[in-house]
Amino acid sequence: MVIVGGGGHGLATAYYLATRHGITDVAVVEKGAIGLGNVGRNTTFIRSNYFHPDNIRFYEFSLQLWENLERSLNFNAMVSQRGTLNLFHTEAQRDLFARRANQMRLLGVDAEALGRDAVKALVPLIDLDNGRYPVLGGFLQPRGGTVRHDAVAWGYARGASEAGVDIIEDCEVTGITRSGARVTGVETTRGSIGAETVCLAVAGHSSRLASMAGVTLPIETHVLQAFVTEAVKPVLDVVLTYGPSHFYVSQSDKGGLVYGGALDGYNTYGQRGTLPMAEELAACAVTLMPGLARLKVLRQWGGVMDMTMDGSPLITQTPVDGLILNGGWCYGGFKAIPAGGVTTAHLIAHGSSHPLAAHLGLGRFAAGRTVDERGVGPFPWTH
Amino acid sequence: MLRIPCPHCGERDETEFRYRGDAGKARPAGDADIAAFATYVYERDNPLGWHVEWWMHVAGCRKLLKLVRHTLSHEIHAVLAPDAEPPFPPREQGR
Repeated sequence: MVIVGGGGHGLATAYYLATRHGITDVAVVEKGAIGLGNVGRNTTFIRSNYFHPDNIRFYEFSLQLWENLERSLNFNAMVSQRGTLNLFHTEAQRDLFARRANQMRLLGVDAEALGRDAVKALVPLIDLDNGRYPVLGGFLQPRGGTVRHDAVAWGYARGASEAGVDIIEDCEVTGITRSGARVTGVETTRGSIGAETVCLAVAGHSSRLASMAGVTLPIETHVLQAFVTEAVKPVLDVVLTYGPSHFYVSQSDKGGLVYGGALDGYNTYGQRGTLPMAEELAACAVTLMPGLARLKVLRQWGGVMDMTMDGSPLITQTPVDGLILNGGWCYGGFKAIPAGGVTTAHLIAHGSSHPLAAHLGLGRFAAGRTVDERGVGPFPWTH
Repeated sequence: MLRIPCPHCGERDETEFRYRGDAGKARPAGDADIAAFATYVYERDNPLGWHVEWWMHVAGCRKLLKLVRHTLSHEIHAVLAPDAEPPFPPREQGR
């Protein structure tokens, strides 16, 4: 079989196919070099603080896999469970977060409510009374944290390669061949490969690849930016999110503050980003932690996202027999890599969905069973 | 930063506008089946190339506009009234 895309999900799927199902007749084809797509362009957070029960179970499974990842792969991915703290700034926002935390605790996942003093003790840099949006408290998932994202791609790639998987770089898929309703292989810039199963793991470009097989997806492509400041001594040892806007920040082990926010807001395949969002995020950073105003931003980049119509991913069969899709990760794909790999490998090996990913099929849209965490409807730029 | 030439107000920053998505979708007839409505509501062509899309000038004339914009270069080819047909089949000019 062929896996298109040497990113986190493609490499993890190959690794679990080989190690859990004994399927090693696998080629992972990657248009550039492995790990240079979204797996190396995200802000590296892991967490399982979702609201929808099916999502909590899926992402909690992923978090548990992260906790044992380095032992399994014998590769140092610098998994750091430093905690994920979501601040709230209004009573309504507190109630929403409390509802989510209660749902998590019902399913055995860690979530704690913190008052203002506890927030200040955890993150002294925060200006609790920032005038416009005072911080009322926060919800902490202590087991959330960060992972060194490049090491995830390399660790899975080495594990898959040692188990017998072929990883072919500089090999761009230019076509998907079919015989009637069945997939028969892929055309690439380095020749054609026959395959009974083709798995797409190319989030950001799933629509383009699927259209090569005549499939239209419930996806739009949007850009998400990320920023890194110059390095400073340790000042922030949790992953922090800010409630009034969409803003999240952590400090990398090298000392830079890594932060990001919402989508730029309109369909694009441009991996760059525009200035209004850069300004918005700088304003968020300085409102929340005024001391950050003295830092310089060293690097900025953009990654293109598969934004689905309900904000949840797709691990699914498609209308073309043998064509499997792992995509639609919106901007939550990194944390899901281990679970995405296990459940996609299960789908390929058994021909049926893994129980933890059964809610992520394409059929949910027409059936009216969308998994919409925020309840905003089919407007991907708002998810 | 996009600079959108609003036909009513002149060229303005993108921050004055609200994006409202793909303008190429046609609502099925009322008696169409569920599959037709699911396609209308959820499926998107999502082209890498020219895209016909809705923008609302919320901080200006508050008129709804139909743009033809490239999703990689962000070049704006046309800004039209809501009922206007795009000046060319955008898909044929995509890259």
